[in-house]
Amino acid sequence: MARYVIRRLLQAIPLLLIVSFVLFALMQATGDPLATMGGRQPTRAADRERLARQLGLDQPIHVQYVYWLIGNDWVVVDAETGRTGTRRGILRGDFGVSYATRQPVLEMIGGRVPDTLLLTLTAEVLILTVSLGIGIFSAVRKYSFFDQAFTSISFVLYSVPVFIMAYTLIYAFSIGLRRAGLPYFPTSGIFDPAIGRTFEQVVWHMVLPVLTLSLISIAAYSRYIRSTMLEVISSDYIRTARSKGITERRTLFVHAFKNASLPLITLIGLDLPFLLGGAVVTETIFAWPGMGYLFINSLQRSDYPVLMGILMLIAVGVVISQLIVDLLYTVLDPRIRYS
Amino acid sequence: MATLTTHKPVRLMESDNQRKNSNRALRRFLRHRGAVFGAVLLVFVIGYVILGSLLFSESYANFNDTSRRLQPPSTEHPMGTDNIGRDIFARTVYGGQISLMIGFLAVTVAVLIGTTVGVVTGYFGGWIDVILMRLTEAMLSIPTLLFLLMIANIFGGKVPQIALFGRVFSGSVVVIIVIIGLTSWMGLSRIVRSLVLSLKEAEFITAARALGASDLRLIFKHILPNIVAPVVVSATLGVGGAILSESYISFLGVGVGAPTATWGNILEGSRQFFEQAPWLWVAPGILILMTVMGINFLGDGLRDALDPRSDKSA
Repeated sequence: MARYVIRRLLQAIPLLLIVSFVLFALMQATGDPLATMGGRQPTRAADRERLARQLGLDQPIHVQYVYWLIGNDWVVVDAETGRTGTRRGILRGDFGVSYATRQPVLEMIGGRVPDTLLLTLTAEVLILTVSLGIGIFSAVRKYSFFDQAFTSISFVLYSVPVFIMAYTLIYAFSIGLRRAGLPYFPTSGIFDPAIGRTFEQVVWHMVLPVLTLSLISIAAYSRYIRSTMLEVISSDYIRTARSKGITERRTLFVHAFKNASLPLITLIGLDLPFLLGGAVVTETIFAWPGMGYLFINSLQRSDYPVLMGILMLIAVGVVISQLIVDLLYTVLDPRIRYS
Repeated sequence: MATLTTHKPVRLMESDNQRKNSNRALRRFLRHRGAVFGAVLLVFVIGYVILGSLLFSESYANFNDTSRRLQPPSTEHPMGTDNIGRDIFARTVYGGQISLMIGFLAVTVAVLIGTTVGVVTGYFGGWIDVILMRLTEAMLSIPTLLFLLMIANIFGGKVPQIALFGRVFSGSVVVIIVIIGLTSWMGLSRIVRSLVLSLKEAEFITAARALGASDLRLIFKHILPNIVAPVVVSATLGVGGAILSESYISFLGVGVGAPTATWGNILEGSRQFFEQAPWLWVAPGILILMTVMGINFLGDGLRDALDPRSDKSA
């Protein structure tokens, strides 16, 4: 088992190197972060040269990549004084410095992670509980009125674009309630600056974005859970369990659910890393200060170190969550063994 | 379902068997209420964008007049006007043509890449399989929407306007088609690879090889025809995904640029005038919803019709 984990992690290294180099080359080769640095005026030629040297953008791309990866504190960057570089490289935990704010990238990303996770994890928990409930109920009461009604609704919900969901919710629960003179849900930010960041404020502000993120996924997940549950329920061992006189509840939730959860784990595993990336569209609409919002802002300023940081963090998240999923399989299904 | 024989990959008495199969698939498709509903939705949307273009010219759709900005729906502008005074009805018509085109062409790109990668890796195996599958994994570990946004931002404004089918498009249309195609082939290539891996072991392939068929002949005459059904299903569903992707990128402001309209970029300014002018997002939003919903229903029906093993109850 330990050898398997080590082998998987070793295999991930070339993968991440390829991903990072491709992303890096794409960004550095084609964008121009200096263009927007002059504010409203185009950056002056002399400033461009100075800034390019300061940021290391005058170096060839492979050199920039090496510096980004392992730092440049072993290279003499100033021949006159013999000064060496100060960057330590992403492999030693230095994600670089934002071009736009001159803040360390890790700090900027770190500042956004909690708020993004607050949003996406809450949504994920809601998605899983609700869709497990609906999915299992639909499977047990196959072709009942509830099952058929929900199957139709979920097909429609599943096709709704995120912004339409967000707009509809805003229209109904913010503008609609306000016009009716009732208390209404806020639609932007994470708390009201006039009141400050209190628990109630954050919860109040979370309602609409969390619903936006959840409703579409609940439709997809519950259909999926329904079909895996149906498959398991019709298998022989469930009939055996029932014929032994085990309660229906125990049959469903212990015997059937354990096997039905295998494909579900795969699905959650695919989701996990993207919880970290936030939800670009939802965060943008609700001005939620998370990673997705940071990504869009950095994109507009061609702030490559920040973009690279976010993308690589998610790529590492994908690798790790895939590994965890594969390991969870062995726990849930003893027939699966890795060697 | 029990009365149906399973698809045998054997292609003896080809024409006869095929006709029977396709009739059976068609009947199954027409019996599928969801699929028919999806097809009706799509026919409506396609009719809307084609017949609509008989009503106004594209230059009218791109014509702006700030003196009539943000006007609510009226008889003159049935869907109102946007923040620089363009007629939204006309823009949804021409924008729809572009959105549908992007969806269709992006999927064509994805299908070409995905099928090629899947067949090559599955059929030949060896080092090329290792390399291409690693590449697939690498692509899968990059968050697609963020990656799309990044590339769209880099290349979007760099491609000059192009003329195609007698119309002038913003060059970003091509960029969007290519990048959506380049970022959505991975799932398909995995499906195709696993199908090819199992087909390769089938007896009729061994037989064809024993008769001296070359690799190319085996691939084009024997393997590809047998994987068409799952590819068609996944491509159909892919069109919906591509249209959604386009709308997200354009909505966030890095997609298809002016003056070319798409359903996505009509929505771009809608957040700002959300309360003041809801008509900015209602019409394009409903059109996107109808299209994606139509495609999902259709794809689901196609899957049931083309795959005799799929059981509706499961």
